[in-house]
Amino acid sequence: MGKRVGMEVSIAAAEAVKQCNVDVISAYPITPQTHVVEHLSELVANGELDSEFFCVESEHSALSVCAGASAAGARSFTCTSSQGLALMSEITYIVSALRLPIVMIISNRTLSAPINIWNDHSDVMSIRDCGWIQFFAENGQDVYDQVFCAYRLAEDKEVLLPVIINMDGFILSHVVEPIELIDQEKIDQFLLPYKPPLTLHPDRPVTMGGIALPAIFTETKKAQEVAIQSSMTKILETWKAFGDMTGRYYNPVETYKAEDAETLLITMGSFGETASVAVDMMREEGRTVGLVKIRLWRPFPFEAFKKATLGAKQLVVIDRAVSVGGPGGPVASEVKAALYGEWQRPWVYNFVAGLGGRDVAPQDFIKMVDKAEIEIEEGNKEGYEIYGVRG
Amino acid sequence: MTKPESEWTWKELPLGSTIIEPGNADQYRTGDWKTLKPVLNKELCIHCGLCYIFCPDMSYNLDAEGYFIVDLFYCKGCGICAKECPTGAITMVLEKEEEK
Repeated sequence: MGKRVGMEVSIAAAEAVKQCNVDVISAYPITPQTHVVEHLSELVANGELDSEFFCVESEHSALSVCAGASAAGARSFTCTSSQGLALMSEITYIVSALRLPIVMIISNRTLSAPINIWNDHSDVMSIRDCGWIQFFAENGQDVYDQVFCAYRLAEDKEVLLPVIINMDGFILSHVVEPIELIDQEKIDQFLLPYKPPLTLHPDRPVTMGGIALPAIFTETKKAQEVAIQSSMTKILETWKAFGDMTGRYYNPVETYKAEDAETLLITMGSFGETASVAVDMMREEGRTVGLVKIRLWRPFPFEAFKKATLGAKQLVVIDRAVSVGGPGGPVASEVKAALYGEWQRPWVYNFVAGLGGRDVAPQDFIKMVDKAEIEIEEGNKEGYEIYGVRG
Repeated sequence: MTKPESEWTWKELPLGSTIIEPGNADQYRTGDWKTLKPVLNKELCIHCGLCYIFCPDMSYNLDAEGYFIVDLFYCKGCGICAKECPTGAITMVLEKEEEK
């Protein structure tokens, strides 16, 4: 068993990146991502981590540097938030299509305007379809652990896809939590050196990022879609191997007191911890409420999600981003799509909450469950509303 | 490329659509873009090589007799050679379907 320490989650994330012995780090500072890369730059400056640290002029360049480095065979890391991710978005699509196994932590923060540095999931939802494998971490230990899983998975010869670890800005990134560190010897066994099948090297010339005319572009996208869909097996294998090493087993969809629940809260990210407290409070009152937490956002775990939810009467989906002019929050959209083909499916009531850093306490989850149950009872069975808005 | 792009299936594509065969752009037929093709009148040709110099696709090659001959596999039919030819030895004519 590793050492258990009190540590800010961003620092723990940086320590995990160090333990992965990355070759190249490239980033541009933006709140609330800064502590991760500041700590990494200290580790490099102090000689504790033998990596190239590239201070670039923008996030667009940060991921471009990682793309070049990864294409040359270097294990690469970047980290960003919000506007930074928006500026980087063009390159996110290129990296996944070129099958470069870069790992990125997003310290999730909303998008302007109005300008706001606090947490929600608007940033990552803007690149939902960028082709990266995407995790949402629930707590600090989860963030730390997923860094190792992400590199092992990304670099697997049968996967070779980039991975995003979503870490709620401030709520996770700036909070000191108990973190169980993993011994380096264990990590060195879990994560073997990166050996890419194709690299940019003058002795073996290849072209990455060439043009594809209409005659072949569709085939390239099909290959990419199959690659990410079929990565599911390796995701499960990776989390199993990690669990066998540490005792902490992760799943695409986590359940909490969900087996007999009539009403299920559905959350993603750090909402899960708060919602579990709310579930305990409601259970004490004798209410059959449970919780389903989505850890794996892409590829979306349709089978696991259906297995976890199909027995319930109603799902209360809590989104942390607005799809302006759309059908509700992005998670609720996915949930509805997942269930549409089922003959008997639960009603899906959707709240958007916690925008731009507004706190969502256990009492708020209880209020949302109360409201959803009443609305569904009264016939508004597929409702959608922004929670806690004044006026 | 061992076969045209239009015959590749998604399963055959190299990882990340990487081009793993160096220099294979010379197998890319750009000659099927054209509607007009250049035709050389050797009696007017003075072997100056301006067609060779100006051709943006390097489709002209010197033959054993000292003439610059267009390679229709690459020629896109832009007409720059005909425009630049100082003696009017090159004319652009409609390419017939069966010649493609």
